[in-house]
Amino acid sequence: MSIIDAVLGDFFWRALIGGLGVALVAGPLGCFVVWRRLAYFGDTLAHSALLGIALSFLISVPLNLAVIITCVVIALALVLLSRTRVLATDTLLGILAHSALAIGLVALSFMPDVRVDLTGLLFGDLLAMNRQDLLWIYGGAAFVLTLLAILWRGLLMSTIHEELARVEGIPVERLRLALMLMFSLVIAVAMKIVGVLLITALLVIPAATARRLAKNPEHMVGLAVVFGFVAVAGGLSLSWHLDTPAGPSVVVTAFVSFLLVYSLARKPA
Amino acid sequence: MSEALVQLQRVTVQFDDRPVVDQVTLQASRGDIITIIGPNGAGKTTLIKTILGIQKASQGRVSLAPGLTIGYVPQHLTLEATLPLSVRRFMLLSGQSLTDCRAALKRTGVDHLLDASVHHLSGGEKQRLLLARALARKPDLLVLDEPAQGVDINGQAALYELIRELRDELHCAVIMISHDLHLVMAATDKVICLNQHVCCSGYPADISHDPAFIETFGHQVAESLAVYHHRHNHSHDLHGDVVDTKGTQGACNHEHH
Repeated sequence: MSIIDAVLGDFFWRALIGGLGVALVAGPLGCFVVWRRLAYFGDTLAHSALLGIALSFLISVPLNLAVIITCVVIALALVLLSRTRVLATDTLLGILAHSALAIGLVALSFMPDVRVDLTGLLFGDLLAMNRQDLLWIYGGAAFVLTLLAILWRGLLMSTIHEELARVEGIPVERLRLALMLMFSLVIAVAMKIVGVLLITALLVIPAATARRLAKNPEHMVGLAVVFGFVAVAGGLSLSWHLDTPAGPSVVVTAFVSFLLVYSLARKPA
Repeated sequence: MSEALVQLQRVTVQFDDRPVVDQVTLQASRGDIITIIGPNGAGKTTLIKTILGIQKASQGRVSLAPGLTIGYVPQHLTLEATLPLSVRRFMLLSGQSLTDCRAALKRTGVDHLLDASVHHLSGGEKQRLLLARALARKPDLLVLDEPAQGVDINGQAALYELIRELRDELHCAVIMISHDLHLVMAATDKVICLNQHVCCSGYPADISHDPAFIETFGHQVAESLAVYHHRHNHSHDLHGDVVDTKGTQGACNHEHH
């Protein structure tokens, strides 16, 4: 008990443990972001998280819950709007991403008695992580990883070839919704680590790095988790020794390992 | 005549009030090979997507036999380059055993590629892989969307021959779309010429004389097909080489390169 207390009592260790927990789910989900070309979609969800934060103060709902619900609603709106084909999906994403971010910021400015650390929300506040955050991260990670394991074949198959998956009786639409729910959950918990502006980086960069070395999808997921770990551990050390902001340091470390792998490893299968 | 596996009754599919498939009625039973031909934009792909249940019919009825297993060979296997995938893994994702997957790959002649990356396959190899994947599911109905795309002319004949053999082995029904009129005419039982509506349908030898067919494809095509059909006197092995069947006359009137 005392060892656990000693570890969790230290902000550096809390940050590290929390960061590793996020990297654990960001790996597999990041692979889906890369495979399904959802980078901009992820960005939009992350931006709308700020709107969720504003709402949580407005109607006093727990922060994480408000973020998850806002992300799910925005995700559903995106799916419905893109089906109408009035505007191209990337245009829609651009509209929703920045509008959600802007509305969130404007709404927060109307609440002068609410003091929020805006820099922390935008770029992460890894070192301010508390025990409750850790509970959210590991609870969320356990839920997402279990769901991913159960739905794995269907998710992978509908990513490889949607029509083939449909013909084989895989519930493509329901899986898409499940994936969005998982994204929303991960964004809610990852926000703490790198902030809403850098979440996509934590999803995309380790997965893209892993692609260079991977021979099959599961291999890529495993490697993405490893590169996520490297980014979190490296970024925190950087922050500790050079007194740099933790969230951006994590992303910079991820980017450096991406550059290293792409310049050293041969083209993959 | 065995019971119909698929039955379409006056099926219409509309996009923005414009009928893409118009009042199509067709039926397929075990052992049938039905080929859908028609000009670009005739609604061929939409029609088979309706059969597959990917596209909803605006009007009419699509009925499939209960418990029907469909093997689908889509037009392209466009794969996201960021997703690493071996032939083995792609086959196993069908949910079938490795033994069945290997047997299917062997049957379509690509079992030597088991551990290759799907990203490194040629067009013809991809088509054979897709066919193997459909095959591994032991389908009652095989639906193919231009199976010979990206396959050279010799390989095409072999591919259609293979489809015919598979029909016999699985005793399944085959519905396919094709642009390769010459090959279709030689390898098909029944042809449906689609131009939104069914403009004519029947046996290859008859259909090339049908006024509606001649109107759609022109006199030249119709005549060349009629000639071709009657002079078909050889077959091909899997490598596309001409294999003489009975009494060769060497009267091979399409190109072999």
